[in-house]
Amino acid sequence: MSGHLTYQPRSPIMKWMERRLPIAGLVYSSFIAYPTPRNLNYWWTFGGILSLMLVVQIITGIVLAMHYTPHVDLAFKSVEGIMRDVNYGWLLRYVHANGAAMFFLAAYVHMFRGMYYGSYKEPREVLWILGVILLLLMIMTGFMGYVLPWGQMSYWAAVVITNLFSAIPIVGESIVTWLWGGFAVGNPTLNRFFSLHYLLPFVIAGVVVLHVWALHVVGQNNPTGIEPKTEKDVVAFTPYATIKDGFLMIVFCILFAWFVFYMPNTLGHADNYIPANPQVTPAHIVPEWYFLPFYAILRAIPDKLMGVIALISAIVVLAFLPWLDTSPVRSARYRPLYKQLFWVFVAVCVGLGWLGSQPAEGGFVIAARILTIYYFAHFLVIMPVLGWVERTRPLPNSIAESVLKDGVPIGASAPAPAKAKV
Amino acid sequence: MGHDMRFRQTFIAAAVAGILAAAYAAPSVAAEGADKPPGVKWSFSGPFGKYDQAQLQRGFKVYREVCSACHGLELLSFRNLAERGGPGFTEPQAAAIAAEYQVTDGPNDAGDMFQRAGRVADHFPKPFPNENAARAANGGAAPPDFSVIAKARTYERGFPQFIIDMVTQYQEQGPDYIAALLTGYADPPKDFALPEGAHYNKYFAGHAIKMPPPLQAGQVEYTDGTPTTVEQYSHDITAFLMWAAEPHMEARKRAGLQVMIFLIVFAGLLYFTKKKVWKKVELHPEDLTPRKPTEYKA
Repeated sequence: MSGHLTYQPRSPIMKWMERRLPIAGLVYSSFIAYPTPRNLNYWWTFGGILSLMLVVQIITGIVLAMHYTPHVDLAFKSVEGIMRDVNYGWLLRYVHANGAAMFFLAAYVHMFRGMYYGSYKEPREVLWILGVILLLLMIMTGFMGYVLPWGQMSYWAAVVITNLFSAIPIVGESIVTWLWGGFAVGNPTLNRFFSLHYLLPFVIAGVVVLHVWALHVVGQNNPTGIEPKTEKDVVAFTPYATIKDGFLMIVFCILFAWFVFYMPNTLGHADNYIPANPQVTPAHIVPEWYFLPFYAILRAIPDKLMGVIALISAIVVLAFLPWLDTSPVRSARYRPLYKQLFWVFVAVCVGLGWLGSQPAEGGFVIAARILTIYYFAHFLVIMPVLGWVERTRPLPNSIAESVLKDGVPIGASAPAPAKAKV
Repeated sequence: MGHDMRFRQTFIAAAVAGILAAAYAAPSVAAEGADKPPGVKWSFSGPFGKYDQAQLQRGFKVYREVCSACHGLELLSFRNLAERGGPGFTEPQAAAIAAEYQVTDGPNDAGDMFQRAGRVADHFPKPFPNENAARAANGGAAPPDFSVIAKARTYERGFPQFIIDMVTQYQEQGPDYIAALLTGYADPPKDFALPEGAHYNKYFAGHAIKMPPPLQAGQVEYTDGTPTTVEQYSHDITAFLMWAAEPHMEARKRAGLQVMIFLIVFAGLLYFTKKKVWKKVELHPEDLTPRKPTEYKA
């Protein structure tokens, strides 16, 4: 479909260049002529938003690293130095800290969109698995970044999470000591977290390249879940997708700016403005909001090792979704039962998040156990069984047919003239 | 389904997602076994909030004459007092304030540490040489440093209040808690077992606080006719602490307004551009021909 839309340089300079390094041709075929389904809705703009957030985080992070000192006695003060004495340091730090939250928000929306429309299904399994790897990398990067300001929550988050490895039989304790670089969370731990926090975003950027590459091999899914068949089903990436992505990026930035400029500390914890103190444990150790569902799953299991296994499985199970979902139909639009169960699953994730923020006692633990069981049942029981029992609705013959009726756009009052000039 | 409607749905869904995300951040620290602070109307709240310079100067006076005996302000320098968006002291005033402090400097050429009058570049000196000394002098509890304390204290707002706070930009849990704590000393209820050396406070977690009631009416002299009540003192010192914790708040909110206006106008322009670009696809789908191979011209 896209084969004939190749880049043909006209100017001598571009002709010279194209014979040596066809980078203009790559950009042209990937971001200009690249055919995208004409019916993509705004949920498809979050991939672009995520790219924007990655760039924002890397740029602000590089400048912050110029002013930050990874030492247990100086980290907290150096962050406050950024806030007080570096020109626009407060802006850099608030953009970076709130940017992490916005990054996760966009990632979760992006993933839920993929789940709703069955974007992980054949032939997009590798694309989806690369996305799960990106989520894992983001979680590691986000966690290590949160440790760097070396406040109370930073320190105790590092203690709690590194201690999870001690649940591994026999070698657990040795692994924890190795991770710490000592016999407690201390300066070596902070130093290696800083080093890895600087490294991992570039690993993320690399996997993003693979993710986009895989996307451009298989093409985008779309709300109907059926593949584009003719040129009537697609539009060129530029200008159609670029303008749509660009518009929602700016709308997303409004939400982002709301937090950065007006309530920059709302998404964080007050305790992290208390310098780390190994002798004082905070009343509640709570991770950042984007880890709360996983934290609830961890705490729901009474056994430490099983809790850690559940925590890791909660993410890894996503990678198997392409094979756990047995339905021949991709989009929830034509799957009446799945459509409802999808929203139940979203509610379960939100519920787990809320439970993760509550103390692990009494009714909260029971509720967390029920929701944890449901979380795994969604993947391991509901998705396979639903594919066999669900009566799906008839699919349209083509994407164009789904948005047109007798050649007329659905919702248009009068038929469009046959040979209209615009 | 029309495009506008789809957009509206998307926007609402995105807004809800954002609120839910933010909701999780609702801190669950403090406030067990403590009353909810009543809340104060601060000059610095809301998108156009600014510090009240006179209030910051009064608060600084309270800090100097009362709090500084035990609580440090080590992240702040005297120069900060004369910086924009702060209490509005002039540079000579800040220098005069600094000169009233004795600062340890050195080592000198002989290798000795020595005392000298403070300069604007100096940080506020610590009230105790180290944490153990602070603890020993205060019945086992070291008085916390005040530099970021207004951001380091909070109380739980609960559901659904925290969602409403996202929209109303309420974020003064710290100042509200501090102001309430300073006025929250009371006689303990009959069945309350108050530990030795502790004081009963309605708003402190667990109610037993080591700090004796720090403020008494008439204790600090105000020259501008402001009432010298405990409540007024507590508001003034709290406003000062908020500035100490967030000295660039005014610049941040000012930039925020500019950024918001820019983004909203830009989003509007992009929306109409998008509409125009997509009109062809939506009204005349039969006319959709792929772009001819061309060299991209910027």
